[in-house]
Amino acid sequence: MPKVVPEVPDEGAVWSEQDTSPGAIEEALRRLLQQQHARDHAHAPARVLNLVVVVDREWRGEIMNRLEQVGRYHASRTILCTVERGRTTLDARVVLTIEDERQPGDIALTRERVIVEVGEKHLDKLDTIVDPLVVTDLPTVVWSPHGHPEAVDALLHLSQVVLIDSVNEPDLASAVRRAEELAAGAYVVDLAWLRTTPWRERVAATFDPPRWRRELGRIDTVKVRHRPDSGVAGVLFFGWLSSRLDWGPGSLMAANGSIRGRASGRRQDVTLTLEPDPNQAVPGLAGIEIGTASGVSISLDRGPGGLSARRRDPKGRELRWTILGASRGEGGILGEGIRQALLRDPAYRGALDCAEAMLR
Amino acid sequence: MAVVHEENPLVEGLERQPVHPTTLVIFGGTGDLAQRKLLPAIYNLAHEGALPEGFNLIGVSRSEMSDDEYRAVARESIKTHSRRAPDEQVLEKLLERVRYIAGTFDADSVFERLEQEIGQFDEEAGIAFNRIFYLSTAPNFFALIVKKLGERGLHKHPEADVRVVIEKPFGTRLTEALELNRQVLSVLRESQIFRIDHYLGKETVQNMLAFRFANGMFEPIWNRNFIDYVQITAAEDIGIGRRAGYYDSAGALRDLVQNHMLQLLSLLCMEPPVTFDADEVRDEKVKVLHAVEPPPPDAVVRARYTAGMAEGKEAVGYREEEGVPEDSSTETYVALRLEVDNWRWAGVPIYLRTGKRLARKVTEIAVSLKPVPHLAFEAQGSVGVQPNQIILAMQPNEGVSISLGAKIPGTRMRIRPVNMEFLYGTSFLSQSPEAYERLILDAMRGDATLFTRNDEVEAQWRIIDPILEAWEKDDRPLPTYPAGSQGPEEAASILAPGQHWRAI
Repeated sequence: MPKVVPEVPDEGAVWSEQDTSPGAIEEALRRLLQQQHARDHAHAPARVLNLVVVVDREWRGEIMNRLEQVGRYHASRTILCTVERGRTTLDARVVLTIEDERQPGDIALTRERVIVEVGEKHLDKLDTIVDPLVVTDLPTVVWSPHGHPEAVDALLHLSQVVLIDSVNEPDLASAVRRAEELAAGAYVVDLAWLRTTPWRERVAATFDPPRWRRELGRIDTVKVRHRPDSGVAGVLFFGWLSSRLDWGPGSLMAANGSIRGRASGRRQDVTLTLEPDPNQAVPGLAGIEIGTASGVSISLDRGPGGLSARRRDPKGRELRWTILGASRGEGGILGEGIRQALLRDPAYRGALDCAEAMLR
Repeated sequence: MAVVHEENPLVEGLERQPVHPTTLVIFGGTGDLAQRKLLPAIYNLAHEGALPEGFNLIGVSRSEMSDDEYRAVARESIKTHSRRAPDEQVLEKLLERVRYIAGTFDADSVFERLEQEIGQFDEEAGIAFNRIFYLSTAPNFFALIVKKLGERGLHKHPEADVRVVIEKPFGTRLTEALELNRQVLSVLRESQIFRIDHYLGKETVQNMLAFRFANGMFEPIWNRNFIDYVQITAAEDIGIGRRAGYYDSAGALRDLVQNHMLQLLSLLCMEPPVTFDADEVRDEKVKVLHAVEPPPPDAVVRARYTAGMAEGKEAVGYREEEGVPEDSSTETYVALRLEVDNWRWAGVPIYLRTGKRLARKVTEIAVSLKPVPHLAFEAQGSVGVQPNQIILAMQPNEGVSISLGAKIPGTRMRIRPVNMEFLYGTSFLSQSPEAYERLILDAMRGDATLFTRNDEVEAQWRIIDPILEAWEKDDRPLPTYPAGSQGPEEAASILAPGQHWRAI
């Protein structure tokens, strides 16, 4: 994994100014890039996507750390807007970073990070500050992990993708509703949805061998365990099954600490249960159990080295195995979110719509 | 052959499609390729969750060792050669599914034990795993292993797919390739055979298809009306290292031209396929190979490196390399001029060159367009105006570069060439996976698009074989070139007047 280190500051790869303007920041960016290219022609600016992040100033460090941990999936230009209560002027800092550890003859990728300190009064016009700073013609992704919906709304018209984490919303219904609102104007990448990806892949694979495929039409129970704050990931998982298997989504209701509901399958109803698991340490799902009308039961649980799988057939014979795969960690999930901003997942919208119908 | 009962709607939209549970058997499981490439690639697939949900690995080799000892070998190989530090838990779980069988490839007992181990995996899981037999052995064992698999009935299964991956070289002459194809096809169907050419697993090679067929701007000029000539270069700055035994019997022509470079040529020159199904793509590639005549003797130059300077150090000549006979006549450089005799390419020379110990490591395809019909600027002192070139670069920096004529700032209308560059690394977030990861996964999926079909291999040999035959009768001393240079001066003799080799 390439290590990213700051370029030597005294050679002009860092610029900062108090009480500045978007035009001055943009000019500084251009000048720094020209100077760097003149110093070494092997330095080539990465041109993949713009990531605009809106954060509370006091939590800026935590978000910057998360952005450092995304592995290979760094945005090529990150514009970090830190929101400080009562601030009326803009301060900015521009840093060019360069990938270390390149082989002789290789190009050295550079990336730009722009930190703009803004006040609350700037948020509903944040587009006028950010617009000059994004690289034209590259996809622009907006991520606002500390709320500030007015900033996201202001930026929507210059971005193509909104990165959200629905587990941060106060309840399931508002999480799904906000995702639906955003999806009307931009492509939404939801980290809560991405946390279900390995589970969806494995459920799809488990039912893929021809002799198990016919069981898909006989599913009558689905139980999902999740970290207490990650119920929305479970609802999106239900929504995915519902949209893919053509179930009629019924309402989900809270009952005895869990959430229960039914969906209408072609042959039978499906009982859905969402159960919080206090032992689950990381956001996302803890386990899935799927039963069918013919007596087949399949379960997947987090385990060492991957997911622990168990399958019981109608005669009660049980098979256990491990589905290999390393945990991506929260840094990996965020990196995956950035990567997904360049792709389009055709299954998400259907899952979201069904989830919304279940919570209506 | 597995029978599909109905569609699986859950796979729609998934980036990673399910792969049927698979048992992978590596013949030559302790060999260099297995340790350096295959085992690390398998680990990386496991790490990313890309292996089938049921996966078993069996190593087969001559060395006597237990399952546990082989697991230790595999663990060490993965730790040393994996592109990422292994996750201990994933590695441990992967190794739990590893077995080892010791013995020679002609021993019935090896195949008897193999049948038992594979059957045991099936029985434990209650399903028939697909079988992949990966022949990572010396080429002389390929036919023998396939024959033994057939004798034991391991070449087919009523409920599972059985595939055989065959490493290069696929024969050393046309007659050998034909015979090998005959032998393996007497046991297996062509659809079961995956002849590997790891070059095709590289992202930039696959990107050639995207470049040509996903962009409307290139296809209209991709023909004899606009293209003057093409140069395909695969230059290496290193010598032969410890591969003297293999290299001295192979030489540059067999090592790179017969397979990799002719594959690049066919991808460059093929017609657009109707779909990207394996056979559609390979049908188009093989048509190109059929349109290539073996070059006449004066269109081929071979040479050998002598002592020189490489990477700032003194480098010995080829004949002084360890393990190379003093009187070796093996070529370490070859350049040839080919033509694709079809409607699109007739009359366009396509130059191929490859060599060891050249000035730089570079793999690229340079497409030179015809000059503009009239240059109005010439009279005003323009210098260096050149026809446009499109460079598809594969190593070291993957990307595409287009040379254009541009006005030099100033009061006069003077032109000089400039480059418009697209660098792969600047425009994508992720690094390319190792070619072997992609190819092993494709073999498990049954997707043969990036593997070479029997008629492709034979067509490649039909181009190369006459060159080898002519060389056998030619006892003139080989031209030489100093290590670290651009290659032999004689290489210029195959170029048409007014053309020159691009600097390596």
